[in-house]
Amino acid sequence: MGVGIEVGQLSAWFGRTQALFGISLHAAANHATAIIGPSGCGKSTFIRCLNRLHETNPEARVEGQVRIGDQEIYGGGTNPVELRRRVGMVFQKANPFPTMSIYDNVAAGLKLNGVRNRRRLDEVVERSLRSAALWDEVKDILKKKSGASLSGGQQQRLCIARALAVEPEVLLMDEPASALDPIATAKIEDLIFELKQSYTVVIVTHNMQQAARVAEFTAFFLMGRLIEFDQTQKIFTNPSDKQTEDYITGRFG
Amino acid sequence: MPNSASVYGSSYIRWRRRLTDYAATAAATLTTLLVLAPLLAIFGYLIYRGAGAVNWAFLTHTPAPVGEPGGGMANAIIGSGVILAIACALGVPLGVGSGIYLAEYGRNRFGNYIRFTADVLNGVPSIVVGVAVYALIVLRQKHFSAFSGGVALGIMLIPTVTRATEEMLLMVPHSIREAALGLGVPEWRTTLSITLRTALPGVITAVMLGFGRIAGETAPLLFTAFGNQFWNLRPDQPTAALPLQIFAYAISPYDEWHRQAWAGALVLLVLIVGTVAAIRLIAGRGVVQGAA
Repeated sequence: MGVGIEVGQLSAWFGRTQALFGISLHAAANHATAIIGPSGCGKSTFIRCLNRLHETNPEARVEGQVRIGDQEIYGGGTNPVELRRRVGMVFQKANPFPTMSIYDNVAAGLKLNGVRNRRRLDEVVERSLRSAALWDEVKDILKKKSGASLSGGQQQRLCIARALAVEPEVLLMDEPASALDPIATAKIEDLIFELKQSYTVVIVTHNMQQAARVAEFTAFFLMGRLIEFDQTQKIFTNPSDKQTEDYITGRFG
Repeated sequence: MPNSASVYGSSYIRWRRRLTDYAATAAATLTTLLVLAPLLAIFGYLIYRGAGAVNWAFLTHTPAPVGEPGGGMANAIIGSGVILAIACALGVPLGVGSGIYLAEYGRNRFGNYIRFTADVLNGVPSIVVGVAVYALIVLRQKHFSAFSGGVALGIMLIPTVTRATEEMLLMVPHSIREAALGLGVPEWRTTLSITLRTALPGVITAVMLGFGRIAGETAPLLFTAFGNQFWNLRPDQPTAALPLQIFAYAISPYDEWHRQAWAGALVLLVLIVGTVAAIRLIAGRGVVQGAA
């Protein structure tokens, strides 16, 4: 089951450049929350703070609170490696492990954390590929072909399956369909609809129609600040902020 | 409606492009042949001079006393194997390890010092490495040994492997590392099982290049492994090595030894090429189809 995410006064820096300014919002459990905004507004930095991947950059720094379920992830007791198993991530550009077979790509998260049980691995690989709507296309070439040999859309669904295999509670998606054609994009969007049953989804997107299609809640970011956060329908039909309105009507950005 | 001038122009352009294409292809082919020529010439000449003297006895017997026909270089073949095994046992882990450090953590002043040191070490003449190991190990132990020869060759292997490993790891896209970290894989596991694994074919190629280079080195062995006319498998004793044996036989006044030197050179080349090919074959197995 998914868990809620409560973000309080979150700020982030790259070296001396501040990328996020006191973001506070609540992503509801088992719903999709979309983050929209022009390039460079801090959308990616924001979701990279939610699984503490931001800090893997040696210059990066974070302040503020993020509570996932009942765990304060920037509290002293949180191990970022363990946190990332609870908070899966799908990246903008599909990044399957190029030397691994399709099977090993999906099993990687478990195998690299010491799971050796064949039957359990087989089971998890099949279930994850089914959840990612890829199973039927790859079931005959699981161990024969590399993950890198699939098409772009298939690779992205493979990456989703890989993230699901470690059984996270939250799924972060950083523009997961921005490099895909409309058909592959539609598949990913259908998938997000399915995934919401079991996970909390936070999705960064450049595409406002996509936000409107998949997310119940939408946050509009501008220059590292949260301008407006509300139900998606409200944001797109009756935004309270002038800047939000300008952005969604295409007047800038 | 195209006028006659543009039709003329386009056929002229087409003709010129075709000519440029032929010229460029011919130039590329010619340079390739020029690069291959010395290699083929050396290999061909070695076969011409040496193949006649390579026989079962040459591969299985120790050198015969002066004046007596026959004998072989079996002890030198095995000796080279022992010395190179010691060199790789020392040079490969140190080289790969420091390459990992430089690529993953070495973007600082300390990393730059290591890079500079490795590059300088790469440029040190091999005989100087030999003399240094002589002073450090041989003089202290008061005898020549396969071990000191292995150390000298291992030292020569380190900088090649270090710098190449670094280059290969840096070529692995950052997104691959992030994919692993994002799955909750610890950093050390990501480096070994994902980054190094992805770069492995390149690292192996680099190790093989270094291996080929040190396998033919003579100078560092002159004061370390020293050479030996008899069987020796103990790493703490003077040991024969193919390059040393070839050198000793080539400067001797005996025709029989000259023939054996040619044969030794041929065997050395075949062994190096064979080892490199075998390791590539083994490393290439288990690679899935379409792996990038």
